[in-house]
Amino acid sequence: MSEKIATRAAYGDAIVTLAARDPQVVALDADLSGATMSKKFSQTYPERFFNLGIAECNMMGVAAGLATCGKKPFASTFAMFAAGRAFEQVRNSIAYPRLNVKVVGSHGGLSVGEDGATHQCCEDFAVMRAVPNMLVCCPCDAHEMEQAVEALAAYDGPAYLRLGRLAVENVTPSMPGYRFELGKGAVLRDGTDVAIAATGMMVQMALQAAEALAAEGISARVLDLHTIKPLDEALILQAAQETGAIVTSEEHNIIGGLGAAVAEYLSGVCPVPVVRHGVGDTFGRSGKAPLVLEHYGLTPAVLAEKARAAVALKAR
Amino acid sequence: MEQAKAHQLAVTAAKARLLAMDMVHTAASGHIGGSLSVMDILTSLYFSVLRADPRKPRDPDRDRFVLSKGHCTPALYAVLALRGYFPEADLKLFRSIEAHYSGHPDMVYVPGVDMSTGSLGQGISAAVGMALAGKLDGKDYRVYAVLGDGEIEEGQVWEAAMSAAKFKLDNLCAVVDVNGLQIDGKTADVMPSEPLDAKFLAFGWHVIYADGHDFTSLEDAFAQAQVWKGTPAVVLSRTVKGKGVSFMENDAGWHGKAPNDEQYEKAMAELRTALAEREGK
Repeated sequence: MSEKIATRAAYGDAIVTLAARDPQVVALDADLSGATMSKKFSQTYPERFFNLGIAECNMMGVAAGLATCGKKPFASTFAMFAAGRAFEQVRNSIAYPRLNVKVVGSHGGLSVGEDGATHQCCEDFAVMRAVPNMLVCCPCDAHEMEQAVEALAAYDGPAYLRLGRLAVENVTPSMPGYRFELGKGAVLRDGTDVAIAATGMMVQMALQAAEALAAEGISARVLDLHTIKPLDEALILQAAQETGAIVTSEEHNIIGGLGAAVAEYLSGVCPVPVVRHGVGDTFGRSGKAPLVLEHYGLTPAVLAEKARAAVALKAR
Repeated sequence: MEQAKAHQLAVTAAKARLLAMDMVHTAASGHIGGSLSVMDILTSLYFSVLRADPRKPRDPDRDRFVLSKGHCTPALYAVLALRGYFPEADLKLFRSIEAHYSGHPDMVYVPGVDMSTGSLGQGISAAVGMALAGKLDGKDYRVYAVLGDGEIEEGQVWEAAMSAAKFKLDNLCAVVDVNGLQIDGKTADVMPSEPLDAKFLAFGWHVIYADGHDFTSLEDAFAQAQVWKGTPAVVLSRTVKGKGVSFMENDAGWHGKAPNDEQYEKAMAELRTALAEREGK
């Protein structure tokens, strides 16, 4: 197994690489640069880094203003504050005028761990994808994050990018034929009985679940949906038609996120069973991240159970 | 300022008031009270202060303007049309589904609008970003933002104020349209915000006072802001909500209400008289 790296660490390196090439790239943070990993940028390009202090709403507006003047701002804070506290600034000052701001939410989901529910944002996909013009992206590993940052920099428009706190296995580099494209999912494992559509670090868990299911004779396809909006409808439709059952998996409330997006889409075009794996409609709590994830059922074992349930629904 | 120039600005503002009243009446909705209070400020900016060319609304070196109190589109669109950013006839399409002259400024569709605003407290942050970009690029353009004295109750305004001082944005000039009224009544009753000067001083800004209906006073204030170095500047501009229409002046009830036909005729008659007087007819 390769060394584990958090996607936030990969993000921190990627924006520095980007800034070396593109003088228009600027970074903003709200007193969390050590945690969001924008600190390296602040040290490498101090003149292009703006710490706005604990004032996320203003940070998003400042980023919008910079974008109107041709800058390419990456504005980072915790997901809770980027998508939550500053929701309306993101909607009205960034998305509505379609400004080229990348809103970066670190520490998404329950894996924040010890800080507990106030900082465990499990609603960011739901609110960000409900905003017109917004692209929503949640890479699963460092390799994917590097490419996502590159692609987002090349994309002229508003986007929300979720970063994870935990170090995770770098799974995509060894995937044959893996190629990153915004708005297009990647098939990481082929399968015929059920398809698991996962995002973020649930992708790694989906690969483990698929392995366990294979031992039982269930062939599970694994789709890496790093882009939640726009949804890769073609890939999902194909999976629904070919496998007849879908499981979605995300470190997010089962209301409003990837699972909801997939179910909304398939219900109108190919209504196969869609079982949503994620955080039940509940707040998180403090604890060591792996234990919190286990407590709320965000494990390969529970994901495999959901897949079995989806397969069983096909027979009905 | 020369007497002749002040006189010309007064004529322009009188024309703009007529246009704004017509827009709100035609649309049967819109914010006339604050538009009339801010009209002279916008006229001064667009016809005397801003380095801006209506033929090049996206010129990277232009001065920027952000109407943070975005509901006052009747004033902004009227002034932009008079300045030549788009045809005056388009003002008939204000708030209409037939076009994109929406209730609040839309930078995507309306030439001359530098930032989409409307949700109070947000425009000033964007103005900070524009001023930062100017510093970063070594450009000499200036950024102006107009806020309402009700708007500054939004906490974001003070977040923005802190950041503008931190980054020493002396290329940023905010103007507060101090008309003392907001939707629910007197600002002093709804949420007292005075003393405004002490607040801005405490946040690290240079404070300038102006009479928001006196073009010489406004021009002096902007000239002072322009030469001030090291901190952002704010012009606290005393105004009268509903200025120019006797029955609308100092009445919070006209914040966001359109006049009926009778009220419209009366208002237009007063505004036409004012224009004729200024034109010396």
